[in-house]
Amino acid sequence: MKTVQVNIVTPDGPVYDSEVAMVIAKTVSGEIGVLPGHIPLVAPLTIGGVQLKNAEGKSDFVAISGGFIEVRPDKVSILAPSAEVASSIDLARAQEAKARAEERLKGKKDEVDFQRAELALKRAINRINVHEGNV
Amino acid sequence: MANLREIKTRINSTKKTKAMTKAMQMVSASKKARAEQNAKSYVPYMEKVQDVVASIASGATDVTHPMLSSRPVKKTGYILITSDRGLAGAYNSSVIRGLVNTLNERHKSKDEYVILAIGRVGRDYFVKREYNVIDSVIGLPDQPSFSDVKAIARKAVGMFAEGTYDELYMYYNHYISVISSEVTEKKVLPITNLVPATEGVSASYEFEPSAEAILEVLLPQYAESLIYGAILDGKASEHAARMTAMKAATDNASDLIRNLDLVYNRARQAAITQEITEIVGGAAALE
Repeated sequence: MKTVQVNIVTPDGPVYDSEVAMVIAKTVSGEIGVLPGHIPLVAPLTIGGVQLKNAEGKSDFVAISGGFIEVRPDKVSILAPSAEVASSIDLARAQEAKARAEERLKGKKDEVDFQRAELALKRAINRINVHEGNV
Repeated sequence: MANLREIKTRINSTKKTKAMTKAMQMVSASKKARAEQNAKSYVPYMEKVQDVVASIASGATDVTHPMLSSRPVKKTGYILITSDRGLAGAYNSSVIRGLVNTLNERHKSKDEYVILAIGRVGRDYFVKREYNVIDSVIGLPDQPSFSDVKAIARKAVGMFAEGTYDELYMYYNHYISVISSEVTEKKVLPITNLVPATEGVSASYEFEPSAEAILEVLLPQYAESLIYGAILDGKASEHAARMTAMKAATDNASDLIRNLDLVYNRARQAAITQEITEIVGGAAALE
């Protein structure tokens, strides 16, 4: 099976680097699946999970908080402000963050704070989802 | 000659100072190692972002974005990166001097620029002298993560977009090695002369949904990552500068202690000699 090299890089260092058979990511205009040999493409990503299927058909999941995906025929790079591989996600911390964000959403009416809390909530839910493997 | 007890007290206090500077040196050394590591692990991200931005901006010539185009400069923004605390040798003073010199050279009045100060030392300096400090961040951790810096970076980019200033520069100490760093000026906005960090990036991309939409997301991210990179760089050189300064202080204290020891011994010797002379003199008088 043909594979393509995938890099997930954040400002705090590389998070994921492996050969995979397929990448499934959520862009702002919808979900895309990238196979080896894809034409060069750049697309912004939403907060969501990225699924990486390796040659044996097993999948890794990575939680992404935005950023963008850069596709080249032989290489896929995902650049995100933060990213976590499912196995390294701290569930307790994510749930804490979720509870905190919900609390703030109830309390604040200020628009900026509201947006920030909403994003924080999305990120927390995303982390929980990715941890549980449903993307 | 100073009396014995005075010298002894001085030796003791110098020894205590030395213990302290020695400890600070070691703390800084370990912080420096971490900061260096952070700066290093950041490089791949920066290079990638730069690659993509450069290939989009150069590939699609019909793409325009406010952050890519220079506009008439009415006001200039300067980001100054200093440390929160002193005792770092010339780390802060050199970068402040660099900025002040530039300001004097380039501008006639204080209305032509604004300063965003990162770090207490820089902020205090410019606020005290009544410069236009429009924003400041203090209390950044020693190993800042991207989320610590995001707020200030976003604000700086946002103010450019709003037209608070028409260009944005950064002033920081670029880490070269433990003993040397260099005051560096970097233009953040508008983004000009983009060069791919790695060779051979000429792929013409498909854009999903459109090149404009991607630049909309990408350029602020790029500018923010430039600022974050500079802060990491600055932190590495801050810890290196503090380490060197503390090492110099420790060495100085050692020298001082050695000299004081000599003086102390000489004084003690003199006191003993005098005592013996007195005893001998006393005995001779009795005979």
